[in-house]
Amino acid sequence: MEKLIEKMLTGDKRSCARLITKVENDEDEARQIIKKIHKYTGNARVIGITGPPGAGKSTLTDKLVRLLLNEGKKVAIIAVDPTSPYSGGSILGDRIRMQDLALEANVFIRSLGTRGYLGGLSRSTKDVVKVLDAYGADYIFIETVGVGQSEVDIIKTADTILMVMVPGLGDDIQSIKAGIMEIGDIFAINKADLFGAERTATEINMMLDLGQNIERRPPVKLVCAREKQGINELLDELKGHIKYLEDTGKLRERRYRNTKVEILEMIEEHLRRIVIGYTDKDDKLDIRVNEILDKDKNIYQVIDEFLSVINK
Amino acid sequence: MDRPIRVLIAKPGLDGHDRGAKLIARSLRDAGMEVIYTGLRQTPEQIVAAAIQEDVDVVGMSILSGAHNHLLPKIVDMLKEQGADDVLIIAGGVIPEDDIPGLKEAGVDAVFTPGTSTKDTAEFVKNNVKRK
Repeated sequence: MEKLIEKMLTGDKRSCARLITKVENDEDEARQIIKKIHKYTGNARVIGITGPPGAGKSTLTDKLVRLLLNEGKKVAIIAVDPTSPYSGGSILGDRIRMQDLALEANVFIRSLGTRGYLGGLSRSTKDVVKVLDAYGADYIFIETVGVGQSEVDIIKTADTILMVMVPGLGDDIQSIKAGIMEIGDIFAINKADLFGAERTATEINMMLDLGQNIERRPPVKLVCAREKQGINELLDELKGHIKYLEDTGKLRERRYRNTKVEILEMIEEHLRRIVIGYTDKDDKLDIRVNEILDKDKNIYQVIDEFLSVINK
Repeated sequence: MDRPIRVLIAKPGLDGHDRGAKLIARSLRDAGMEVIYTGLRQTPEQIVAAAIQEDVDVVGMSILSGAHNHLLPKIVDMLKEQGADDVLIIAGGVIPEDDIPGLKEAGVDAVFTPGTSTKDTAEFVKNNVKRK
């Protein structure tokens, strides 16, 4: 593993890919890897791309990354697609929109399945970001699964969030609901050549203007990714937001918040595993469930018993 | 192996029919695998780059154009050059029986011709993945 890390730090793609596989699959190895690469992380700017399915997140990412490559930047893309709750399998199809990028020396694209996680990313996405950061990416784009209304995990992982919307997904009430509409730092209305794009932009603008204590009012841009229209302007907005974060100290503030959440989530996961390890032994959980249904015990008695393994 | 098997399904060359590739992608998905589908008209370079970056266990290629004797060995060689010699390589599509021995010699691990059940393909992949 030492050797893989060494080679990855020199920019070797295959080593980087192998490390990502380890981080995704093996908790213990992930721990070792993250410990060793920690000092090389923190340099990349992490951009989250989110929005409903079919909004054009992959196509837009493709076009934005192309412009960054022209500037000589090194870019990594993490593309997340859903895992089947039935079979555990998945179709990861975001690369289809990024055919030519894969051949660029300065691009690394990795597709991830959500593997049971519901917040729009996978459990290991944060760790994959760290590997790609150490690998030397200047920018890391994370493309979430197509989201509905409440998959907002991306705010815990990215510095800047680009919300990709399309015309025709509902009226202005949709835009004042809580959830994903609140997390965008920048809004792109893609497929702007379609009927209703202007109206969608107006509705989102009105929603944003209702916000009272917003630190920085998100800009709304009309783009047409497939026709490469508005991409330059959108990239300027992305860079503008990153600069704003850097100049105001908000970058550190966001990363502080995210690291704190990450620590708490990891503790939660660890504790969960201890308790599950106990309940799974000797069919304890099944036995207690039956006891509850048979009125021999109540649910709180059972929970107290299970939690006693960590209260010790 | 307690992790999902990762498979790249690609269509090398210029034929524009991807129903077979999609069917295989779907059936491997239903067999619990993570299938990276890269779509139509892939060059060998694109397929190899995707296989390396995605760190897949299996590369599956569907080809109907007749260019299999040219494209498949090339992709096998390029993968080897990149150090990815532990990847299971399978092919499907319209491939004449007479060509199969030559392809196997060139490093293609299995060729599935029309009529193969999708279950058999998934079973083969599960039983023959080279990486642990």
